[in-house]
This record gives sequence, structure tokens and C-alpha cells, in this order.
Amino acid sequence: MARPVQYNIKNEGGKPINIAEAPPGHTGEGFFTTKLSDLVGLARKNSIWPLPFATSCCGIEFMATMGSHYDLARFGAERIGFSPRQCDLLMVMGTIAKKMGPVLRQVYLQMAEPRWVLSVGACACSGGIFDTYSVLQGIDQIIPVDVYVPGCPPRPEAILDGIMKIQDVIGQESLRRRNSDRYKELMSSYGIQ
Amino acid sequence: MSLTNDIVRARLTEKFADQVTDWEEPYGLLTFTAPKEMNLKILHFLFEDEQLRFRFLTTLCAVHYPDRKGEEMAVVYHLHNLVDNIRLRLKVFSDINQPDVFTATKLYECANWMERETYDFYGVNFIGHPNLKRIQNVEEMDYFPMRKEFPLEDQTRIDKDDVMFGRG
Amino acid sequence: MSDHHIKLPEGSIEKTTTTLNLGPTHPATHGVFQNVLELDGERIVNTEQTIGYIHRAFEKIAERRPLYQITPLTDRMNYCSSPINNMGWHQTCEKLLGLKLPKRVDYLRVIIMELARISDHLICNSIVGVDTGAYTGFLYVMQYRELIYEIYEEVCGSRLTTNIGRIGGFERNFTNTSFEKLEKFLDEYPEVLNEFNNLFMRNRIFMERTIGTGGITAERALNYGFTGPNLRAAGVDYDVRVHSPYSSYEDFDFIIPVGKTGDNYDRFMVRNEEMKQSLSIIEQAYRKVQEFKGADAEVFHADVPEYYLPEKEDVYTKMEALIYHFKIVMGETDIPAGEVYHSVEGGNGELGFYLISDGGRTPYRLHFRRPCFIYYQAYGELIKGSMLSDAIVTMSSLNLIAGEMDG
Repeated sequence: MARPVQYNIKNEGGKPINIAEAPPGHTGEGFFTTKLSDLVGLARKNSIWPLPFATSCCGIEFMATMGSHYDLARFGAERIGFSPRQCDLLMVMGTIAKKMGPVLRQVYLQMAEPRWVLSVGACACSGGIFDTYSVLQGIDQIIPVDVYVPGCPPRPEAILDGIMKIQDVIGQESLRRRNSDRYKELMSSYGIQ
Repeated sequence: MSLTNDIVRARLTEKFADQVTDWEEPYGLLTFTAPKEMNLKILHFLFEDEQLRFRFLTTLCAVHYPDRKGEEMAVVYHLHNLVDNIRLRLKVFSDINQPDVFTATKLYECANWMERETYDFYGVNFIGHPNLKRIQNVEEMDYFPMRKEFPLEDQTRIDKDDVMFGRG
Repeated sequence: MSDHHIKLPEGSIEKTTTTLNLGPTHPATHGVFQNVLELDGERIVNTEQTIGYIHRAFEKIAERRPLYQITPLTDRMNYCSSPINNMGWHQTCEKLLGLKLPKRVDYLRVIIMELARISDHLICNSIVGVDTGAYTGFLYVMQYRELIYEIYEEVCGSRLTTNIGRIGGFERNFTNTSFEKLEKFLDEYPEVLNEFNNLFMRNRIFMERTIGTGGITAERALNYGFTGPNLRAAGVDYDVRVHSPYSSYEDFDFIIPVGKTGDNYDRFMVRNEEMKQSLSIIEQAYRKVQEFKGADAEVFHADVPEYYLPEKEDVYTKMEALIYHFKIVMGETDIPAGEVYHSVEGGNGELGFYLISDGGRTPYRLHFRRPCFIYYQAYGELIKGSMLSDAIVTMSSLNLIAGEMDG
């Protein structure tokens, strides 16, 4: 005899159950219309494949974020990969020295569009406490960055907040953005074709 | 009788007479100076001698003293006798225009990278080192950053205002 | 290599080895250093290491800062066990200043340092598990590292780069909550450690991957300057806590676990056993701390007015306290001249601080003896002749932390 289907409708204790909202659109009998960019954005933002470029202490906080206490998997970003060709989000965590700069740039260039960059930690955002001759004062000197997460190291909650902001950025991105003039101008200001 | 600082000092002065100078014991660690040509001979003696047995090189670094003319670059060896638990500090001074010191890599394998780091930061040329090139900084760097005359910050950065940090 | 079923174009050179770049960006957990390997099939023939990808010039920065501002720098060296680095630096300063600390401060420091050691060894052992394919152990013990982080948060406010303690003691007394969390940790953790062990210790796959690979003899290890668990796995029982005791370690009763062949399995087992010994030390220290009663139980720092910020009530009412507060905050305290070398047993071995002061406000020269930097040189010798997958396991079992290596 088959197991009866169960639905989670009991809700003992009256806890608020949030149902994720559908994007704004027009509903009808058996159909739902919305903007294509909203739909694509919804799909992309809930299934990010991050590339953790962890160099130092922020990398350990990232490991804690991936752990079960501050689970990153609930945002859909469970499948972390180390191949730039397969990933969409480059998370730069930790100090980038001038020796490491070309390596970071090469990894960024190898990523396929659409790609986003999350700069985690004070060192990646602006050089942090290391105002020295050997540390790159912020990764935005060599690659364009979408979201900055400050902190030294940022708490896992802050990293999750950064991921949520990236999700907002991804969800609202227009489909024509990567071909627009403004984007091309941004890329050429970094010397990227 | 177990090894003490006085016995080590007595053995060294007996073997090397007046080439080992400037005996001090800051915070219990016996320190002495030797001319730079003698550094390998002293290290070998300390390693091979059956009573002294200083067979562990704890660390090797350099110190730049721009005020001591003729002896600006000091290379400092910290040695440790693990069996009797005695530490020793050997200082070797050389002129900044010709900072050549014999390498200790044949005796201690760990001196390899420590000397490369000292070369990278201070420009001390270790004679006989198998692979003396920069280790921490980029290969193309043309100056030795830890020397006192060079600043800490990268002078070409534009986003940080030195005046705000009290250094303008 | 000799059967030519592949037709090579005219004039090409037939190579017998392949060069593989295990480059600076390799799977998250290890850190940034580069290994160029020459492989003959699957066997490693030659290697070359390149480091410096995260060189932050700690030693040069330290020449610019007053003593207490160097503590956040030491945090970022071995960031898996930063309290040990902080305590080591504070003890170096106290040695230079000739301070003697009350026993309660010493015992509290021991508790924090041993918690940091457990935290460091946990990461290393679970990453060895991940590299041999066992991801579960890693996720399971991360939960207990969170407990340790909570204890740090109660004491100093921060999780990872703690900047814990001050020259002379701690910034505030340990609250009851921190002791409750410590008790919870001491209750729950031994069982978790046993479960973690059961995943690996007699696991056939783990044993076959780690026994016999990456071994080193005791003489070579000493010549390479190994210290810490890597040296103890090779058979030499050198532990700075026992040889040159600091922070009242002589009052505690613990054994030093020692291995035989120095291979990956021995390193794993030594770290495991050290975690058990650390638990026992924490329990002894906790009992000793609870024995202090009355006014003694409120002592959390030594009396060193030139370096320890005075209480706010005194700053507002007494003249000397105001002057000390001003001098400390503005960084105008002169350090006594002298040169001192102090070392502590960090998570990876002897972490040494060589401080030369010429009487100014900042050190004249500060050199860190970083164990990771020194023993990484031996990596080439450890993996020569072994297979590529063994090289990966050896790398993670050595506990290489890039922040400490480059510094």
C-alpha cells in the first residue's frame, strides 16, 4: 500500500510560513505571464554556483558559512566549484597581494558571462589593515566588483547578507546588460575585452 | 655535569680565542658576535662537538643598523641544543656595500628558505646558496624593502590620503 | 612511453615527464602557494614550490606600530588558532618588560590557548578527511568549532581574529556565561571526538591512503627545522610547553604523544591525541581557576600601568591614570631597550618572536619565526617518488596555513 502523501500544513504554534512571492505578472486560467528577465533572474539567483577564491582568514569564515550552523546551501549556493568555466559568482575572500593579482585577473577572465564578483573582507575591498608595498589595495583595481562585504573577518551573517544582495542584483539584472554600452565601457576601463 | 651558558662560553673562547666577542646574556640567552668569515666554522663546531650539540637552527634573520658605519647589516642565527635545552644567538656583521655571508644550507636544510627570505628583504648575498632568488616578493622587484630607508606604503597608491594618517 | 602508437609530428621532442601546475588557486581550504610537479605517469619526480602570494609584510608593519597595535597583526598569521599567537606576543612583551603575572591570569590563558589548539587541530584533521574523500567529518566538527568561537566571543568579542588579551592579562574578567559555555563544550566534545575518530582511525580506506605516505625520519625532520605535531609524529618529543614552560604550564599534567614514522597517519593520530590532552589540560585549568575565591577570583590582569589601560573611573578622577591613559592611547610610551626571543607552542610548532627594541616607541626589528614557512621546504622531499594523490594528502596533513607561511 503506498504511503499517503503528506503536506506541511499543520503549522503548530502559529509560526509565520512565508511563501516566496512570484514576480509581478499577469495570471490567467492555466498561464502566468511575466518579464523574461524576472524569470531568468529568479532561476539564476536561486542556483548560484560560487567559486570561493579564499586566500586567508576570511576563507575560514567562509568555511563556517558553508557549515551547518550558518548554512549557505539554503540559498541554493551549495555546489561550489573551483573551475572558473563552470561558476557564476567569484567570491574573493582574503588579502590579495600584488603577486596574486595576475592570477585573480586570469581566473576572472576565464569565467563565462554572466559573472558576478563578491568581495568579502576588508582586505579584498580596500587593502584592509595592510597598507603596504606588497598588498593590492582592493581588488577593484583589477576586476569589477558587484557587492562589497566589509569586516575583518565579516561574520557569517554578514557574508550571507552579501549573498542576499548579490541575489538581488542577479534577480533584477536586465537581459541586455552584458551587451550594453555602459557595460562595455566598464570592461574597457579595466582593460578587459 | 649538564651544559650551562658558562660552559658554552668557555668552550667557544677556548677554540676561537678573540674572534668571538661581545658576550651578553639578555634575558638568559647567551649572545655573541663573530666576524663574518668565521660563521660556518663556528656553526660546524657547534654542530659536531659532542658536548655542545647545537643541532637545531631555530631561526635566521637580518637586522639593518644604518648607524653602525661599516657594519650595517647583521645576520642573526638562533641555535638550540634540544638535549640540554640551551639556546644560543650568533650575530655576524657585514658592510652594506658588500653583504656577503657564507651559506649554512649544507649544514642545516632549513636555512635554505630562511636565507632566501633574508636576501629578499635585505639583500644579503649568501655565497654558495643553491637557489638564491626572491621568495616572498615579486621577482621583478628591484629594491630590498625591509631596509630602513624604504617606506612601508606603496607610494603610487591614490586612494589613501597620507595626511589623514598623520604622515603627510 | 616507448610504444609509438601516437604519431608525433616531425621535429617534436619526446618528453618523458609531464609538468603539472598545482597552482595558487586550488580547492579552497589550503591557501595560496604553488607547486610545480614533474610527473612520470603518476609518480612525482621533481617539485618546485613558490610562495609569497599573500605576503603582507608583517615584519615591516611591526616597525611602525606600538606594542599593543602589533597584536592584531599576530592574529592574522596562523588564523586557525589566533589566540595562541596573541598570547605568545603578549608574553614576549611581558618578558621584555620583566613582568610577572598572577596565577589566575596564567590559568585563564592556558584555557584559551588549549581551546585554540583544539580548534586548529580540528581543522587540520577534518581537512585530511576531506582530501581522502570523507566530507562528513568536516561538517560534523564545524559545529564544535562554532562552540569554541562562542567562547571567544564571550571573552573578547570576536570569533576568528581575536586580538584577545592585553599586555599583562585580559581586558575583562571572564563572565559566568563564558564558563557555562566552557562547561558545555567540555561535556559534549569528548563524545564528538570519539565519533570523529570512529570515522577515520580504523577506516580501511583512510588507513591505506595515509599509512606509508609522506614519511620523514627524525634526523631529516630536525635538520629541516620541523617542530610541533609534524616533528612529534617523526618521533622526537620536543614540545615548547614542556621544554621551556611559559604561562604556568609546569603546573599541568599532560603527556606528549609521539609517532614513529612521521607519515600522514602518524600526524593525524598525533594531532588527535593532542586534542585529547588539550581537553585534559583545559579541565585541570578550569578546576584550578575555580579554586580561587574572594578577591583572588576577580584578578584578571597584572598591575602594569604603562601598558594596561586604567579603569575609566580612575581616568576621570586621578591624575596619573589620566596621564597613562593618554600616553597609551596616543602611543607615546617608550619601550625599554633590549633584545628578547620568546617562543610558544603554536598549532604548528614553535612560534617564535624575536624583538629588538632601541628605546623608541615602536620595535626596532621584529622577526617572527613561523613554523609553516620553515617546514614547507621539506615538502619536496616528502613527496618525491610518491603518487599525485598522496601529494595532496601530505599537503593537507602538514597543516599549511598560507598566512603564516608568507607573513
